[in-house]
Amino acid sequence: MQIDINEANARAIEAIQSAQPVLKGIGTCIDVVPGMKKNLILHAGPPIKWEKMSGPLKGAVIGGLIYEGLAQNQQEAEKLAASGEIEFAPWHEHDGVGPMAGVGTASMPVWIIENKTNGRKTFCTLNEGLGKVLRYGAFSEEVIVRLNWMEKVLGPVLKAAIPLVGEINLKNMISQALQMGDEVHNRNKAATSLLIRELAPAVLKTDFSTEDKAKVLEFMHSNDHFFLNLSMPACKAMLQAAEWIEGSTILTTMARNGTEFGIRVAGLKDRWFTGPALIVKGLLFPGFTEDDCNPDIGDSAITETCGLGGFSMAAAPAIVKFVGGSVGDAMNFTRKMYEITDAESQAFQIPNLDFRGSPLGINLVKVCEKNIPPQINTGIAHKEPGIGQVGAGLVNPPMKCFEDALEAYVETYCKDE
Amino acid sequence: MSKLSSFFNKNVQVINIGIPSFAEDLTRQGVANIHVDWRPPAGGNRKIQALLEKINSWQEKVRAAKEGK
Repeated sequence: MQIDINEANARAIEAIQSAQPVLKGIGTCIDVVPGMKKNLILHAGPPIKWEKMSGPLKGAVIGGLIYEGLAQNQQEAEKLAASGEIEFAPWHEHDGVGPMAGVGTASMPVWIIENKTNGRKTFCTLNEGLGKVLRYGAFSEEVIVRLNWMEKVLGPVLKAAIPLVGEINLKNMISQALQMGDEVHNRNKAATSLLIRELAPAVLKTDFSTEDKAKVLEFMHSNDHFFLNLSMPACKAMLQAAEWIEGSTILTTMARNGTEFGIRVAGLKDRWFTGPALIVKGLLFPGFTEDDCNPDIGDSAITETCGLGGFSMAAAPAIVKFVGGSVGDAMNFTRKMYEITDAESQAFQIPNLDFRGSPLGINLVKVCEKNIPPQINTGIAHKEPGIGQVGAGLVNPPMKCFEDALEAYVETYCKDE
Repeated sequence: MSKLSSFFNKNVQVINIGIPSFAEDLTRQGVANIHVDWRPPAGGNRKIQALLEKINSWQEKVRAAKEGK
């Protein structure tokens, strides 16, 4: 095959760089997400069966079934999940992403993002906050009550507010947030504030009760990670533009389901390459030890795949107070990621590196050749269902994903060389 | 023999490739050195090295064909 890898990768990078993700609105998952149906549960990471799911993902599935009214309690939900009546699929195969367990069900409100360059849409649920929340596998009454409020109040209020503002350019917002100390994976303080600045006047102009509008603004204000569920689908929209460019070795996906870590590559259409998810090393909340921690979980590594998160930690030195390490480490993580990427982002600049563009376009060949795995920062879920978040830290993908992908690449393109 | 003895009578200038502790030891002894951060391709993984060689060989042919060689 006469494919020049450098040219194929340049096309992939150009597609990512020229993407323009904007916030279009909010819809109900079953109405707007392609292929969504009542008995389908979307989850983070590569495909997985119920029996193989980790504690937090099982917990989130249980919570999702209770929230949908398909089960009344944990026992009923577990029985239903194991019965074969419920289907499971990765968000990534339905144009979306889900943080941590990432469970998405039919009735949930979802953000709708559009890449203005190619018209394609991506989706993500709304962020619930920290602590005992569905995405960390908690499913107690307070979790279900909050999900119902998000469906009945938060979603509708924001859905009414967004058209009053018009499309919000998320790429610009992320770019500004990087100048303000975020890396939009585990630090979203600035981006959340910027979003509130855009949305608050429009929320006030909606016809909902003052109590509802105040509660919506308080909810966004109380959650520094509210923007995460927008940075993720924005990154997904940018990387989706590089799917599937023949011959390209640029990664379009890094995602974890709590059991396995999976990657996808632009030139290897629809294929997942997986390895065991590793334990996250970091700072744990008081009372928890490493024995409590579930392996790496969530689609949020889409931010790293897009040159943000762990790849842009130099822009967010304060993050080391949340994920561990020193400011020097944060600078070095970003510097090292230039060794395995093909480009520097034109939109996302890092002030602490003289406004150098963030490391963009993870190249499978470079990862394998240099034996340097991508650097990810992430939240840590308790390994048992129903408990929730226990800390945050740093983690890498298993090299097996990359080695298997490289083997498949050779098999596809140049096995007879 | 005379060449060897003259070598040891000069100031040694060292380029260290790979293992950083060799360079660090020399620095502690006041010996000027330049350290090159080098690691074997693919961390020494023979299977990955072979796959990378296939890709490199294929790409050399692709480039040669483009240049009309």
